[in-house]
Amino acid sequence: MSAPDDQARVPNAQDARRANIAALYQELILDHYRRPRNRGNLEHPDISLRKKNPLCGDVIDLQLQFDGDTLRDVRFTGEGCAISQASASMLTQRLKGRTRAEAAEILDRFTRMVHGEEGAADESLGDLRALSGVARLPVRHPCALLAWDILAEALVSRP
Amino acid sequence: MMSLPRSEFPLLAASPRLVYLDSAATTQKPRVVLDAIRDFYENDNANPHRGAYELSVRATRRYHDARARVAAFLGVRDSDCLIFTRGTTESLNLVASSWGRANVGAGDEIVVTAAEHHANFVPWQQLALERTARLRICELEADGSIDLDRLRTLLGSRTRVVAFPYVSNVLGTIAPVREIVDLAHGVGAIAVCDGAQAAPHLSVCVDDLGVDFFAASGHKMLGPTGIGVLVGRRYLLDAMPPFMTGGDMIEFVEDDHSTWNRLPHKFEAGTPNAAGAVGLAAAADLLQRIGMDAVRTHERGLVNAAYQRLAAIEGVRIYGPAPEHRSGVLSFNVGDVHPHDLATILDSYHVCIRAGHHCAQPLMRRLGVSATARASFYVYNDDADVDALVNGVMAAREMFSRVGA
Repeated sequence: MSAPDDQARVPNAQDARRANIAALYQELILDHYRRPRNRGNLEHPDISLRKKNPLCGDVIDLQLQFDGDTLRDVRFTGEGCAISQASASMLTQRLKGRTRAEAAEILDRFTRMVHGEEGAADESLGDLRALSGVARLPVRHPCALLAWDILAEALVSRP
Repeated sequence: MMSLPRSEFPLLAASPRLVYLDSAATTQKPRVVLDAIRDFYENDNANPHRGAYELSVRATRRYHDARARVAAFLGVRDSDCLIFTRGTTESLNLVASSWGRANVGAGDEIVVTAAEHHANFVPWQQLALERTARLRICELEADGSIDLDRLRTLLGSRTRVVAFPYVSNVLGTIAPVREIVDLAHGVGAIAVCDGAQAAPHLSVCVDDLGVDFFAASGHKMLGPTGIGVLVGRRYLLDAMPPFMTGGDMIEFVEDDHSTWNRLPHKFEAGTPNAAGAVGLAAAADLLQRIGMDAVRTHERGLVNAAYQRLAAIEGVRIYGPAPEHRSGVLSFNVGDVHPHDLATILDSYHVCIRAGHHCAQPLMRRLGVSATARASFYVYNDDADVDALVNGVMAAREMFSRVGA
């Protein structure tokens, strides 16, 4: 085995993995985890749905309020890992004020980014691109997508 | 300090930097076990009990020889009472389904503990629902132990079963088995022991424990997946209806009824997992050679070191008893770092731990958490593994401390 500082100097698969993890748990994500945006309940939500990841117990309640075709307000409550909670917080921030079609487009792009599709992430995802490192962690995909699965259901359920 | 060098384990030998701390989930496999399985397939493979030809006779002999060796390892004198199953889950389902349906009726009571793995909880819960029996849950003490006085208050004339884990897969707590068995027998109930986390780590003599049923899994004790055991008392097994029916477990099949084969075959329907049994026997032999007292001493050293060093890190909370009262399992949390994030970060340091509810949701509810991180130790772990765990935990803590709450 080589000496520790040799390992630090020679890039290998393990270093790449550690760098990916460090990039994923960057300050933006941790900030959303510790100071979630739009956390709380809406007084009169049009849609209120809850999903749970039975594997790890992550839970998200997502509430949506429409104004015609536009998402006037989006809030969430929940508990779980940094990835699931930051993802939900960033979702609410990104979707407020969007039309249904725009929301569906962002949902589609985000889902494809998480699944590792090349070129899926563009400016329309904004800060959500910080979660792109999840693509290389298949076991964490359900965490990143938990809030988005609810959104998908919500967009389908409303005529 | 190491009971068995990593070089004996091909997977660990191939990945010198891998720190495997998830042996409570499944253990790595030593070369002797892999060799035994290969040897069986290369030299003696045929369907046991079937053929009149010599090769089948050899396969049968190896399968039976495996049973005798596993029985000897577990301290079971009557090896016909050791049934090979797929593992602990199947063993406990066998008891709940076969013995349970024949012996538990409306208004009867089944007592389990809050420490139960789902495999020793859900089968009893479902039996209770089916029979309109009552499932009673013995709460744990603050350190996760089972208190006998508390247990006693739950037992009565309607108690038919007392089911409990020998060692908790979350807390590592070791149960006072003989005392629990005495309490169960005192009210005429049977005692069912989930030994999945005990057989790999403690010196176990099932006959001396006095339990009525004992279940364990091969893959948690250096053996292959898909093989485990149920040990039962002969008079209970004899009186029970079969669990599954089909080939091998029958004596005569008439058009309108069938009769059953003798023990252990009555509970081993279909072609048995002979290679698995051979592999498990090789694992049992190996553990016997090391000596279970040496295994226990080795794990105590590691769990004690890990406990002291993790407990010294700010924000770390360890669940369960003091290290001297636990098996080689440590469940913990690190501040508000979620266990899944912790496991992901540790993985980037080549450290494999389990994060989640550990198939023990009733216990998680009582601990007031949805998940914990769990590190578990075994014969191939050493002080360097403890170092890597502690370093990884500190790195995760540091990573999360960049952003204040």
